[in-house]
Order: sequence, then structure tokens, then C-alpha cells
Amino acid sequence: MGKTDCIAMLLAGGEGRRLGVLTKDVAKPAVHFGGKYRIIDFTLSNCVHSGIDTVGVLTQYQPLVLNQYLGIGSPWGLDRRDGGMHVLPPYVRKKGGVWYKGTANAIYQNMGFIERYDPEYVLIISGDHIYKMNYELLLESHKKNNADATIAVISVPWAEASRFGILSVDENERITEFAEKPKKPNSNLASMGVYVFTWSVLKDALIRDEANAHSSNDFGKDIVPTLLQEDARLFSYRFDGYWKDVGTIDSLWEANMDLLETRPALELNDRSWRILSVNPNQPAQYVAPHAKVQNSLINEGCVVEGDVNRSVLFYGARVGEGSVIEDSILMPGAEIGRGARVIRAIVGEGARVGEGCQVGSIDSVEIAVVGSGETVESQAEIQEVEPV
Amino acid sequence: MKLPMIGVINLIHEADEMGSLTSNRCLATVPFGGRYRLIDFVLSSMVNSGIPNVAVFAHTKFRSLMDHLGSGSNWDLHRKKSGLFVLPPALEDQTDFGKGDLYHFYRNRDYFAHSPLDYVVISRSHMVANVDFAKALQHHRDTGADITLICKETTDEVPGLARRVRLNAAGRIVEMQHHFGRLASDIVSMEMYILSKEILLDLVETSLAQGRDHLVRHAILPRLDQLHVNAYMHEGVLGVVNNIAAYYRHSMELLQPRIWRELFFQPGTILTKVKDEPPTHYRTGADVTNSLVANGCDIEGTVHNSLLFRGVKVARGAVVRNSIVMQNGIIRENGSLDNCILDKEVEIRPMQQLMGSPDMPFLAVKRKII
Repeated sequence: MGKTDCIAMLLAGGEGRRLGVLTKDVAKPAVHFGGKYRIIDFTLSNCVHSGIDTVGVLTQYQPLVLNQYLGIGSPWGLDRRDGGMHVLPPYVRKKGGVWYKGTANAIYQNMGFIERYDPEYVLIISGDHIYKMNYELLLESHKKNNADATIAVISVPWAEASRFGILSVDENERITEFAEKPKKPNSNLASMGVYVFTWSVLKDALIRDEANAHSSNDFGKDIVPTLLQEDARLFSYRFDGYWKDVGTIDSLWEANMDLLETRPALELNDRSWRILSVNPNQPAQYVAPHAKVQNSLINEGCVVEGDVNRSVLFYGARVGEGSVIEDSILMPGAEIGRGARVIRAIVGEGARVGEGCQVGSIDSVEIAVVGSGETVESQAEIQEVEPV
Repeated sequence: MKLPMIGVINLIHEADEMGSLTSNRCLATVPFGGRYRLIDFVLSSMVNSGIPNVAVFAHTKFRSLMDHLGSGSNWDLHRKKSGLFVLPPALEDQTDFGKGDLYHFYRNRDYFAHSPLDYVVISRSHMVANVDFAKALQHHRDTGADITLICKETTDEVPGLARRVRLNAAGRIVEMQHHFGRLASDIVSMEMYILSKEILLDLVETSLAQGRDHLVRHAILPRLDQLHVNAYMHEGVLGVVNNIAAYYRHSMELLQPRIWRELFFQPGTILTKVKDEPPTHYRTGADVTNSLVANGCDIEGTVHNSLLFRGVKVARGAVVRNSIVMQNGIIRENGSLDNCILDKEVEIRPMQQLMGSPDMPFLAVKRKII
């Protein structure tokens, strides 16, 4: 791809309210995932591996951790002289500035940035999803169809279809209908929130959408339905890999557990598609003489002295002697004291579970959560998700 | 805080008895501790101590060195001013290769002369230690010595090749071994010399003028009566790693949590080149105890008292004991290792059994299929 062929705009302002204490101080794209990563690493790595080297990252809620994490994009090779990563927060102009009102408005407010690169196409993605996808193929399909917009779709179980933006297509994959969270879905093709637009078409649509006082300035609710109504050339692009929105505690936990399968649908140990991230540069993990570790993912800097089964341990997590960690996630630097039990739980960054304490339980339906930096000292059990 | 000191990592004629581990790489880039190269310890120590300017005197087989160091960004040494300088040999003709390190200092004297920093610390790459050079420099200034040599006092056996020194009551070095002999002293030289730029340039000029071209052997050792050479004692752990016995011994020592913690974290974190490996996957049937495991490994078998570098695969039924498996090693089904060191990318076939002894571990060369 040439330098002005396609640039990416990555929506990273998601609040992730349903992740509760895990998004108390960070935006959703900065939430930890998979023992090593933050959610946004997946889309950034996809961009880089797809040959897209100009990425505008639109931030809004809780940007401090995210901004520090992204830096100038070096971990993803996006510290470029030409192009590279640009963090784009809402900013104040002469006529005043406003918070991004919606996904479309966020792009509208940054039209000046896009125009500086004068691209033919713009890829719109969000930093909220876990998946490995070659955007180059999506772009090829867009060009082949001479489309105005192409939306990546994935088949979802019919029972869940009403949770997504659902598309109906004709035999040429041209989109005939789009319904946001339909009660009675006519199709099970869900929008992945990954769009390629021909920039001239999108620019025009954004300007008109902004002028419409009744619009909520959202891609799914406004831009796509309007273009469809106007008979624009909207196509779908089918993706059949692993894709997950980790918007809730349960889905975040599940997606982590998915990685522990014998042949995980999302293979992290894939040299052709490395997920790049900020590496903490910690020493190799130490597994002590009486430890037992099975069916788990463990990252550098961890010290394991207890039993770990079906769990994901982020860098620098510590598991004391005689403790049991099962079906759980220990975020970076989490410390589990001796003889403690952590079952079906997420222990936040830098949190401590004291000696002999229990967090979560095998009988509990809900995943127990210990917030970042919190300490569980008493022998009391924590089973409920803490209120935000 | 920034130290007014240039760091030099001197790879010229390093004492190296590492066998096949250095047949295609220099001693500085021998993999160590699951994910590091030997040079990472002194380099990270320098950076963590606030040394803003590090020169690496490359000499032979330095392709892996260039690859490892890159722009220095992993150590925050990719700077507009100062930072990392890899200085390859500046030879006038082939025979210059045999010349000593003072010749190299001479060829690069502008590098020192032009620097605004007043002090220089000259070190080797094979001392596995986490050193606080700020404290050592403070000691150097406080004592007013001409040269301060960083040493380690130890009663443990030192399997590596190391010079021993003897001190007088005031901490001045009165005797220094010419080679690696049997001087009855508990003080081991860490071959890290702190001195002012003036003294260094003076030693270079005067020694070369007399046809002497080795820094320690010719410029310092014979002048112990004129030069005030003082010792500074390093308190942390030390591994002198320049032969196989020392390599094996000090690797295995990392399985002691106290040494793991001290060496990698105190006073600063040891840094290395980032590889973006995923977390290690322990599968059903994995039985791992008392081991150091780097990222990107895939373990279905048994691993006891061993070190696995990044990206190692241990298949079902395979057993790794008392061994060191370097990057991307593969132990196939029911293969077994005991007291072995596998260089990078070695593959052990199914059912294959390899055994060395603690004194003489079996050493497999890079990319070998056994």
C-alpha cells in the first residue's frame, strides 16, 4: 500500500463502563488481556502487519494510562518520520472545543488530520476488540467491488444476533439491510465495527451528518443507515477468524480462558502475526520446587510457588506457597499470599490477596473481581463483582 | 541522575574458554539467564547508574552484537546527544588485529577527548552482576585514588577465569595477578576500572610510546607502586562467566530466588532486546519445578532444575533435568536431557536421551539436530 492509499483511524475512547472496577482509571482499549497485552495491541498489530503505517488513535475517556502506553508508537514500529502513530484527543479550537459526540463526530473533528495525508481510503477500527485480521485483504475486496464502504462481518449464533449490528446481503455481498441490535434479526451477519470507506464518500457523509441536528453522529446508527438509504455501494467482507468484544467482566474472563485451549482459536504463539506490545523487560518466570502449573499462560517476571491451573498470569504476578489459583486471571504485579485460594476471579493490577484469604468460588456464577491496587486482607470471601 | 562518566565495554581479547558457545559469536553475546546476553548485565548497570554515554569496543565475531544492541533503544541509549557507540576495530592493516586494547583506545582517543564527561569506567562483558556505578564513582572521588578497581570479596569457588588481587589495610591494591593464577586472596577483580579521562589518555600515550599495548597488563599492573589503585567492593552477586563450568554453575544459581531477585532487580532492572514473545503455555501434563522459564515456551512435558530460553518447546513425555535450553530449542516426544546445554535452535529427536555431568555438561552446537 502506498503512503496515501489508506490510513487507519482507531477509535480508542471507549469508556468500557460494563468492565466495572477494571476501567475505573483506564479506557477500555487499555484493559489488560492475555497475560501480556492491552486490548488495543491487537488492532495496532493488525494495522502494522497489514502494511498500514499511519494510524490516528482517537482518545477520550481516561487517556492518561493509554497515552503513556502508546507513547510515540515505538513498540509497534509506528514511530515513523513519515506517517506513524498520532494520538488525537478532542482539542480546543478558536470557536471552542467539544468532546467527541459520537464515533462519526470523532472522525469529523479530525478531518483536518486525514486531509493532511490525502488518502484514497480510510480504515475505521476500534480498540475494543480481540482479533487478528489482515486489513489488506479487506481493502482489496473494497477496491474490487468498487465500493463506497465495506463492512467486515462475522457470523454469530442466531440467538445472540440481537446484541449486534446485523447486516443482510445479496448474492454479491452487497449490503441490503442494516439493523442496529434488531429484536428480530433477518440475518446472523454481525458488523465487527471494522469499516473501509472511500474517503471522498465518507467525508461528504460526515459533513452532512454533522449538519443534521437530530443525528447521534454514530457510524452504526447514522452514517451507515444513511448511506444505505441513499443507495451507496455498501459491501460486506466476511471474516471467519476469532473475534471477541470483551466489553464485560464475563466476556473478558472468557476470552482469556479461550487462550488456554489445546488449539486456541486465537493463537498468540504465531510468528507470522506477532501481537506487539510494550514489553516490561522482566526476567524469566520462576517456578519453585513445590509449584504445580498446568493449562495456564504465564508471563515473564512471575514467581509461582503454589498451584496454578486454567489461569492467566500477567507479568510480575506472584503466587505464594500452598496457594491455589484456578480459572482465574492475575493482572500485572498481583500478589497472592501463602495458602490463599483464588477461584473464578480476576485480581487487578498490583492487587494483593493476603495469606490464607479466599477470592471467588467454584460455585459462584459471577466472576469475582479485586480492583487494581486493592488489598484483600481478612479471611472473608469475595464473590460479588464490586459496584463501580 | 546523570553521572559524569563514559562507560566503555571492552571486548578486545576477552578471556574466552566457552568452546562452541563462542564459535560464531563473541563472548559478550552468549545467551544467559533465559533471555539475556552476557553484555546486558554491565550495559544495564551502566544505564541504570546514570551513565549517559556507552562505547562498546567490538573486536571479533560481532555480527550478533550489532543485531542485539541495534540503536540502543532497549536501554534508552538511542539519543540525540550521547547514547550508544559501537566502535569496531579501526585497523590500518590486518596485523593490527593482534594489537592490544590500548591501541584501540588510541585510535578512538578523539571520542574521549571530545566528551565533556570527566571520568571513564572500563569494563569487560562477562561479569554477571548488577553494579551500582554511581556508588563506585563516589567511592573513587572520596578516596582520591588514581584508579578504582571494582572487586568482589568471596570465599566461594570461582570457576571462571578471574584475576585475584591483594589489598593493604587502607584498601589499596598492592598485588595483582598477572594471569589467572592461584593468589591466595578472597578478592576477585571484576575488571571494571574507574579513572579520570586525563589519566586514561596519559596511560595510553605513555604505554604505547614504550611499545606496550595492553591496558591492565602493561599500563596498570607494573605501576601499582606509582599509581594509587584502590578497590571498591561490589556487594551484590557476581558470576565470572567465561568458561563452560562457570556458565553452567552461574546459570543454575539463578534458580535460587534470592540470587534471581538480587541479580535482576537490585539496584536496577537488567534490560535486554525485546522479542515480543507471548506468555508461556503450560499444557495438561506439564510438570515444571524449580526452573526458570522465559516467554514463548510451550510445555507439555517435564522440566526440573532447568532454564528454558524464549520459544522452547517441550513435548509430551519429554524430560528436561538440570539443563539449559537456549532460544527455540525443541525437545520432541519422550526425549530426555540431563546436565545438558543446548545452544539456540537445537532439536532433540523423539526418544533421544542425552546426558552430561554437572562438572562437564553435554554441549550441543547451534541448530544441531540430535
